[in-house]
Amino acid sequence: MSRLQVVSGKGGTGKTTVAAALALALATEGKRTLLVEVEGRQGIAQLFETEALPYEERKIAVAPGGGEVYALAIDPELALLDYLQMFYKLGSAGRALKKLGAIDFATTIAPGLRDVLLTGKACEAVRRKEKSGRHTYDYVVMDAPPTGRVTRFLNVNDEVAGLAKIGPIHHQAQGVMRVLKSPDTAVHLVTLLEEMPVQETADGIAELRAARLPVGRIIVNMVRPELLGFDELELARAVPRTAVARSLSAAGLGGARRGGNAERLVEPLLTQAEEYAERYTLEHEQRGVLGELGLPLHELPLLAEGMDLAGLYELATELRQQGIS
Amino acid sequence: MTSDPAAAPHDSAHAPDGHRAINSIRPLAIDPLLDDPDTRIVVCCGAGGVGKTTTAAALGLRAAERGRKVVVLTIDPARRLAQSMGIDSLDNTPRRVKGIEDRREAASEGSADDGGRRPGGELHAMMLDMKRTFDEIVEAHADPDRASAILSNPFYQSLSAGFAGTQEYMAMEKLGQLRSRDEWDLIIVDTPPSRSALDFLDAPKRLGSFLDGKLIRVLLAPAKVGGRAGMKFLNVGMSMMTGALGKVLGGQLLKDVQTFVAAMDSMFGGFRTRADATYKLLQAPGTAFLVVAAPERDALREAAYFVERLAAEDMPLAGLVLNRVHGSGAAQLSAERALAAAENLDEPRIVDQMDGKTVRNSPDTSGSSESSASTGTQDGSPDPDRAVERLTAGLLRLHAERMRLLSREQRTRDRFTALHPEVAVAEVAALPGDVHDLAGLRDIGDRLAAVRPELPTTDD
Repeated sequence: MSRLQVVSGKGGTGKTTVAAALALALATEGKRTLLVEVEGRQGIAQLFETEALPYEERKIAVAPGGGEVYALAIDPELALLDYLQMFYKLGSAGRALKKLGAIDFATTIAPGLRDVLLTGKACEAVRRKEKSGRHTYDYVVMDAPPTGRVTRFLNVNDEVAGLAKIGPIHHQAQGVMRVLKSPDTAVHLVTLLEEMPVQETADGIAELRAARLPVGRIIVNMVRPELLGFDELELARAVPRTAVARSLSAAGLGGARRGGNAERLVEPLLTQAEEYAERYTLEHEQRGVLGELGLPLHELPLLAEGMDLAGLYELATELRQQGIS
Repeated sequence: MTSDPAAAPHDSAHAPDGHRAINSIRPLAIDPLLDDPDTRIVVCCGAGGVGKTTTAAALGLRAAERGRKVVVLTIDPARRLAQSMGIDSLDNTPRRVKGIEDRREAASEGSADDGGRRPGGELHAMMLDMKRTFDEIVEAHADPDRASAILSNPFYQSLSAGFAGTQEYMAMEKLGQLRSRDEWDLIIVDTPPSRSALDFLDAPKRLGSFLDGKLIRVLLAPAKVGGRAGMKFLNVGMSMMTGALGKVLGGQLLKDVQTFVAAMDSMFGGFRTRADATYKLLQAPGTAFLVVAAPERDALREAAYFVERLAAEDMPLAGLVLNRVHGSGAAQLSAERALAAAENLDEPRIVDQMDGKTVRNSPDTSGSSESSASTGTQDGSPDPDRAVERLTAGLLRLHAERMRLLSREQRTRDRFTALHPEVAVAEVAALPGDVHDLAGLRDIGDRLAAVRPELPTTDD
């Protein structure tokens, strides 16, 4: 089981939620996981219903069986200052660089540096060990940038390594890249059963593979329950309106006579069934497309009550039952 | 269609009187915005995955079919969107979209332009190629030698293709270019799926502050020979700084950066000026921002952030486009009642015993004779009557799911409108499938423009 689990997905597919649920799922039985945020959106804090996360590893949840989830929102500026301090003892010079605008430059303008810092910090957490020799974190789960950018984000160390052919950044980048391209890393993609996210997932997998980054699993999120099966949808197309009206009436929804309450429900209910049928066919096709990608496929249900902390634990349980941890 | 207002009389009865302040949303009228010749730029912004690009394309198509000459600048490399507009792939040059219909008759308010009809509208579409755009700027503003020195600089190459702000910056640059060509009377821009919401507004400023900053001078210092004597002290400090930078970045990278900066030096002023001009253009009255969202918590939270940021930057906000809003033609039936009724159908006998009303209203429905008369032609099923009941139960469960979704969407929308009652909202009814062609985009345009007061108010 890879110790660095990177979670990406198209915007709107719920990748932060899945990353958080995965961190919880991996933290069972006394394990300790670190959930890392790299995009400065404070999505993790919102999900766990806590205040904004500082640039500091902080325990945010306890998993069933005594495991712990820590979270870290990486701030590239602070990470760079950290890094300068750690490797060069550049404490005060670091501050001077900041004044000069160099830190801002390095973290926002300079290509790739920002990403090296972010991935570098995550890899550092993966490698970190306690005095006892045990890894500080059993797993590190990263809520990564969306599918369209994730390969560049993870591979940027290659780019920097090419750009900075020697020197400390070069070494740093090489080290990070060794972790990211090893079996110690798995990149998971979150999708919905809709055309665009599925297409983007397929493209993303191709890109990751081309960059020789290890692709993990596909996680289909927000899967709606199957409320009508194929036979029922067939029947819905042909069924006499009056028969449905009678059924509705029998269920206690008003008189079945012409223009009665039950009859007035028939058309709108069948319209909803038509829409459902269209979606059903589409979802069926998309499942097929995902199936052909040849990766382990998991499905998480759409939570009827919307996403909250309880829902997160529910999804974590679901992931565990599907053998993801 | 579920968007038919007549299908939900109960809801429209509630909405206009606004007895609960939270529900009195201001409708955003899309057509007047698109028709107004003073509207020259529409910027669609919002979180990723809310249908921003599709919205931009649908708005462009609608405006074109209502007689305007439109160009849509998209950032998202959505192949399908290009295909839906009949273009194999979009690139850095505006391509004319074929198949635009003249829908002005239906659209016009019946005034003004009967004397000498204006020519029909046009739709052009392009996708931002940030590297190409950057290259073009370099080629246009530097002499050939210098341009080739810049273009082959490794630092430039990864800056132009990679860095997080380039896309945002180049989108602004392209917008400025399109506007100054003045070939179109309406430009619709789709913004990059930014890491943090309004990066595209920040990028020019950030680049500007970097270019004006001391760092540039530090980086330029070794490249410029022969400073004045009075600068000597400063230069010592600077070479110390470049020493530190060199240590961190590695000498060769620093050298690339320095060469790049030196080569770009003469162009920086131009970047800054144009970025400032585009920024001002965005604040001008001819610009309208549309914040796009879906009725989900995260998307609306981001939308609220956009609204606040735009206000803080003095950017003119036209309103919120709320995509994928669900409705129901049977909103009078609550989720709870639908589920209870579905359970009744699962256990038909219990219904008869427990629900007096049912027995009274339809004493015969559970008897199979009459029902099988109407569905009796189906041979496969052993009990067609049961099959219909199972189907009905399914329909009711489906409806309950829809009603729950609806009320969740209302809650999140209400939360937004309570925070920002001043923001006009256009709601777009959800489509069951994806958009594949112009007809699909047109449909979305119609949904966008339909003022939908029938959206159910919270009513449990």
